[in-house]
Amino acid sequence: MSSNAHEEHHGHDHGHDHGHGHDASHGSLKSYVIGFVLSVILTAIPFWLVMGEVIENKAALVAAIMILGAIQIVVHMVYFLHMNTKSEGGWTMMALIFTIVIVAIALAGSLWVMYHLNTNMMPAMSPEMMRNLP
Amino acid sequence: MSEINTQTAEKPEFYLKGDHHPESSTNLGFWLYLMSDCLIFAVLFATYAVVGRNYAAGPAPADLFDLKLIALNTAMLLFSSITYGFAMLQMERNAKAETIFWLGITGLFGLAFLGIEIYEFYHLIHEGATPQRSAFLSAFFTLVGTHGLHVTFGLIWLVTLMVQVKKRGLIPENRRRLMCLSMFWHFLDVIWIGVFSVVYLMGVVG
Repeated sequence: MSSNAHEEHHGHDHGHDHGHGHDASHGSLKSYVIGFVLSVILTAIPFWLVMGEVIENKAALVAAIMILGAIQIVVHMVYFLHMNTKSEGGWTMMALIFTIVIVAIALAGSLWVMYHLNTNMMPAMSPEMMRNLP
Repeated sequence: MSEINTQTAEKPEFYLKGDHHPESSTNLGFWLYLMSDCLIFAVLFATYAVVGRNYAAGPAPADLFDLKLIALNTAMLLFSSITYGFAMLQMERNAKAETIFWLGITGLFGLAFLGIEIYEFYHLIHEGATPQRSAFLSAFFTLVGTHGLHVTFGLIWLVTLMVQVKKRGLIPENRRRLMCLSMFWHFLDVIWIGVFSVVYLMGVVG
């Protein structure tokens, strides 16, 4: 019981320190609202593009969706997750860059390898081949 | 070093007295967890990207997805993100009741998101678009289901923290936990951006 009281007392002191030291990293009302408004706009545009069938060209539409999605991810990172190059002495940014590299390799690599695999493994059946099948 | 200590000090201490680990290491550690979680989703996205067009003569995304429902779902998650932000701002102000209030609102939006997703899944399975139907549907249910499962655990965590804050107040431990859940919650929203862009919107475009 006494140790518990000690804990709580100590915790209080610590909390006081914390309250003053880390204010900047939690963001402000303004940054949350800016992030929210940007997110709403960046979500509404791709939904509008697809549901309203605004762009005829499929490739352009897919590119637009991808680019808007990427921008929105950056907006979330900056305004909601408070990413910057300075937090934790730059280590969060370092971990993020490392993750992005791995994700890019995994995604691009999978698609590249598997599409080539499809073309290499499934030759078009010709009558000649059909005859030679077991 | 330890030898000198035991010789000079009367009572050797084998523990750190009341010294909390610095807040920053928890944040960095949790960030690293999120990054590893991001890799799980990257693998699921890659799987979906590879097999997402193998319909096995079954239904295609354009036949299945109702974009209005997805837009509503996206709005729910986006609202829950900003309300969690409000909860964090109230925590900064040391306002306990307001923090719990905004956490509750966040929980309701999260619950609405889950409800809509479960309705969608139920509807799909009812139509015969089960995970067993085709490679596309297997990958779809795995990816979206994993995200939904994350939201479910986020909600359990949220309710736990509401009880914690109510009972113990905004003590440093609870602040730390709220900060971690904040990162988790916003991270799930980031993943959802990928889901609605790649799975739903691009699926309907074809």
